[in-house]
Amino acid sequence: MDGVRVTDSHSQPQAVALSSRLFWIGALDPQLRSFDIILKTANGTSYNAYLVRGSAGVAVIDTVKEAFADDFFARLESVAEYREIKVIVLNHLEPDHTGALPELMRRAPQAQLFISHKAQSMLKGLLKQESLSFTPVLTGDSVSLGDRSLQFLHTPFLHWPDTQCTYVPEEHTLFSGDVFGCHFCDNRLFNDLVGDFRFSFEYYYAHIMRPFKQYVLSALQLIEPLPLQLIAPAHGPILRDRPDRYIHRYRQLSSPALHSEISPHQKSLLIFYISSYGNTRRMAEAIYQGATRVEDVRVSLYDLEGGEVGPFVDLIEESDGLVLGTPTINGDAVKPIWDLLSSLTVVNLKAKLGGVFGSYGWTGEGVRLVEDRLRGLKLRVPIPGIRVKLIPTDQEIQDCEQFGLELARELMGLREAKSINFEDLA
Amino acid sequence: MAKATITFEDINITVTVPAGTRVIEVSEKVGSAVTYGCREGDCGTCLMKVTEGWNNLSEPSVLEDKILRENMAGKHNRLACQAQVLGGHISVKPV
Repeated sequence: MDGVRVTDSHSQPQAVALSSRLFWIGALDPQLRSFDIILKTANGTSYNAYLVRGSAGVAVIDTVKEAFADDFFARLESVAEYREIKVIVLNHLEPDHTGALPELMRRAPQAQLFISHKAQSMLKGLLKQESLSFTPVLTGDSVSLGDRSLQFLHTPFLHWPDTQCTYVPEEHTLFSGDVFGCHFCDNRLFNDLVGDFRFSFEYYYAHIMRPFKQYVLSALQLIEPLPLQLIAPAHGPILRDRPDRYIHRYRQLSSPALHSEISPHQKSLLIFYISSYGNTRRMAEAIYQGATRVEDVRVSLYDLEGGEVGPFVDLIEESDGLVLGTPTINGDAVKPIWDLLSSLTVVNLKAKLGGVFGSYGWTGEGVRLVEDRLRGLKLRVPIPGIRVKLIPTDQEIQDCEQFGLELARELMGLREAKSINFEDLA
Repeated sequence: MAKATITFEDINITVTVPAGTRVIEVSEKVGSAVTYGCREGDCGTCLMKVTEGWNNLSEPSVLEDKILRENMAGKHNRLACQAQVLGGHISVKPV
């Protein structure tokens, strides 16, 4: 396959042909080391934008970060004139892909802007232009460029609500946005020419796509049937050599690990605790005993002091319920609990069952603070947490067993119908 | 004060509330899987299906209508952070 050269200190940046009709017109950012605060990159990234030439007009797919607009426009001008641009597609509205959009629209005012259905309010939030004209699209919508066409795939939450993919059937090419992308900068551009980017691909998935696995699987339902010769993501190498491998890897990464370990009729309930004097531990053990009395609940008891956060996050991702035990020290839950809670944004927790308990000396705010955090993380917390002042009595141990029993019954949908007054809710 | 009742079908709990209460206020306290994000009618996280008593809810605002459309919400879907129960009985469940 051909080698490419996209930078030359003595000449203007040039577009790179992916075929006779498709061109890379993006920009390279080799000095970037931290992306969106949450991601590191050891060799920068690329902002990939593309141009599609049809017999009846040209489409531009995505732009670049504003600081790199000069490179983008120079590459665009090397293969097209602004008056030829009929269509602008935004697969994703994050500023690293829309930074050059206002200037592009100023230079090509005739172009029609296509965004996903879910992108409409975001576009206004980003560009602050109320009068902006655009066409929202969904799966099944398409636009013709004559002998080439663009078909839109509605693939939301990969990794923002607005994300979509654009397929050019005549070229068997998918412009995938951030999906199948990574932060990796190499001016040879193509996956069969660049350095080893496997780590970057996996790392990007783990930090960007992992919270949205269900949406990845939905998107794959649309993408897998497509005849594909090339995947052109918005960051990192362009995947022209066996692109199907990357689709397959996404399916693997988005499927549960050891899924068959828990039978379909069983549910997994995890109890994590940390204890300074053994009081919260005794509560945890009693809750564990109570929960194990419910059939088909697989209950696990873990001391946070005995493990690392990463594997615990993996466990929680696969579980159905999460119960946390924390003492209250100086008016707060303890740091290992917060360390765990602050690491959970990389997994989807929505509607998992949550519960909290703990011993305290004189104030006991920890339990309520953690309950609020669980609700903020979109867990449901149906049973008020249980608090014990210092050493639990025999009665309080029984209360903990009952708490565990009720949580397990709740998890299995076994709690009886109940009518209550709003004023009685905690 | 006028009362209304809300049944959360996913947890089989019915709550008697003052008329005018927003569904999300009850949902988070009672532990339904109708969970929330922005609480301002913008993010769509709290989308729920109203299975009974649709007419006992406040009318969707222009803003809520717009977000429902953007999220391609189905018939009888509402945002729990916007919908207020005005009286009578409603049943809801997570989407």
